Amino acid sequence: MTDEKKTLSNIKIPEKSDSKMSPSVLEQSDAGEFPFTRGVYPTMYRGKKWTMRQYSGFSTAEETNKRFHLLLKRGQTGLSTAFDLPTQMGLDSDDPLSEGEVGKVGVAIDTVEDMKQLFEGIDLSKISTSMTINAPAIILLAMYAVVAEESGIDPKLISGTIQNDILKEYVARGTYIFPPKPSMRLITDIFEYCSENYPKFNTISISGYHIREAGSTAVQELAFTLANAREYVRAAITKGLDIDKFAPRLSFFFNAHNDFLKEIAKFRAARRMWAKMMRDEFHAKNEKTMRLRFHTQTGGSTLTAQQPENNIVRVTLQALAAVMGGTQSLHTNSMDEALALPTDKAATIALRTQQIIAEESGVTNFIDPFGGSYYIEWLTDQLEEKASDLIRQVEEIGVLEAINQGFIQREIQESAFQYQLSIDRKDRKIVGMNSYIQENKEEYDLLTVDESVREDQILKLQQIKRKRDSDAVAKALKELETASTGETNLFPLVLEAVRLRATIGEISGSLRKVWGKYQAPITI
Amino acid sequence: MSSKIRVVIGKPGLDGHDRGAKIVARALRDSGMEVIYTGLHQTPESIVEIALQEDANAIGLSVLSGAHNHLFRKILDLLKMKNAEDIVVFGGGIIPDDDAKALMEEGVIGIFGPGTPLDEIVSFVKDNVKVIE
Repeated sequence: MTDEKKTLSNIKIPEKSDSKMSPSVLEQSDAGEFPFTRGVYPTMYRGKKWTMRQYSGFSTAEETNKRFHLLLKRGQTGLSTAFDLPTQMGLDSDDPLSEGEVGKVGVAIDTVEDMKQLFEGIDLSKISTSMTINAPAIILLAMYAVVAEESGIDPKLISGTIQNDILKEYVARGTYIFPPKPSMRLITDIFEYCSENYPKFNTISISGYHIREAGSTAVQELAFTLANAREYVRAAITKGLDIDKFAPRLSFFFNAHNDFLKEIAKFRAARRMWAKMMRDEFHAKNEKTMRLRFHTQTGGSTLTAQQPENNIVRVTLQALAAVMGGTQSLHTNSMDEALALPTDKAATIALRTQQIIAEESGVTNFIDPFGGSYYIEWLTDQLEEKASDLIRQVEEIGVLEAINQGFIQREIQESAFQYQLSIDRKDRKIVGMNSYIQENKEEYDLLTVDESVREDQILKLQQIKRKRDSDAVAKALKELETASTGETNLFPLVLEAVRLRATIGEISGSLRKVWGKYQAPITI
Repeated sequence: MSSKIRVVIGKPGLDGHDRGAKIVARALRDSGMEVIYTGLHQTPESIVEIALQEDANAIGLSVLSGAHNHLFRKILDLLKMKNAEDIVVFGGGIIPDDDAKALMEEGVIGIFGPGTPLDEIVSFVKDNVKVIE
């Protein structure tokens, strides 16, 4: 008898495979067939490898543009933009609240002019771009479309993803602006406008990643993500949208954490649960609607500040789990991210890690190679069952009410606290951090962002404000403000304001005036 | 009169990462301290205001957004301006060693990076924060 083993989600792991652990059904359908447990496409990586999409952005648009070109030159196949916190919170660089934050965790964007510089020399009809932007997603997507428009590219051809997932901001990531109701309206306005005008853009990336990073288990990650997804679908249907029109452009974003085999099972379970929900509950007819396509990022919170080179190995295992789980795109973290934003060198190693998996390891030659393994099939069933139970609990309260009451937040916090205790007690060993410790501390080159970035941004902003037609801007902002009290789609009005060089702070300001700011419940 | 240590755990600036702040808040509370958690998106002014209103003995700041230099300094300055330097400041987050050293020289009493065990933070606060009757 060995010691009892449990997964991070508290699932008891049997000692060996026997009739008792036999999964209800060994997955019989192939990849590309309902319920898509084995993969969303019939050929998967034999046809096309996942998109290598490293999340990056810092300092000014000019600096980040250089990093984009570097990553593309080194073989990255898609772009992923990190915006600084003022941008994510709908504030201009000269706002007093932006002090100390400009260009720090991402690139600073105030107007479409910054966005132009960000994508300088990149053909937006060829490369797909993911943008981690939520509360003001409508503004950044409008800016991206205007960049395409003004460089002579048909906006219908732009492709990529906006995160646009406000519900997980309330429970896990913290960059919310408006209260839930108007936020949901912005999201469904985007669904509606994009399905006609930017048909190749994923209109949302429903994210478990940040829920997991906030400390949840895999079961909670699955459950809360799919509960949120269902809430978006309902909101869109209530608005009168057709499920088979908007839902094929919904995409997902998961975390690849340390438990290698369980993470593989988690991705399989997610696909199966979504497919069933779409077909059985929402009566989707289009198979595209039932296919859960997702991006994966390796787990940032698993990185250690101690012996940071070890993180390369952690990232490799996590990335491999994502690939074995059939991800459509992948970000691999850099080894130095528990210390600072990644240096060029660290970012390159992270990209190379994906390339080695894709080109050298041979794992792309067979679809869902773990499918049919007793343990993986059993875990897939277990995760589906436990996550479905938790979704039912959330449903009884209602997603928005569960957020309001702090139910979801408390669930995540409890897991985070228990995880920390297990590390402190050394029940869970983390190499280099609570075991195999080395005392000698090495010095590392870290990327720093100079405080002068804010001064530069402010100067640029002042110049733009002097040159633009301020009467036209004021009129466009007023129209937006008025429309925000009604029900018309706000996207065309935001586009117009962006074209006139209205700033992100002004555009979100118009909406803030009417909708106010979200007051989060405090839960500890 | 209670002689419990009173700590304000604050999230200054625009950073939304509160996993660490909440875990530390809970550990301090479980060890018998009075803990007030500010919630996200606080200005330095509002955090100092809360600390004064709550008669706090210490402010613990969590910053993972890279804005620590500005935010920690601003809070130290405000405490000085309000003649409230008996409220000590400690913190944590993603704070490079050189910055941590500089902030400690300017008056921050302790900075705890990723991987710090909770016991270490609890003991530090118990040893370094005095309840002024």
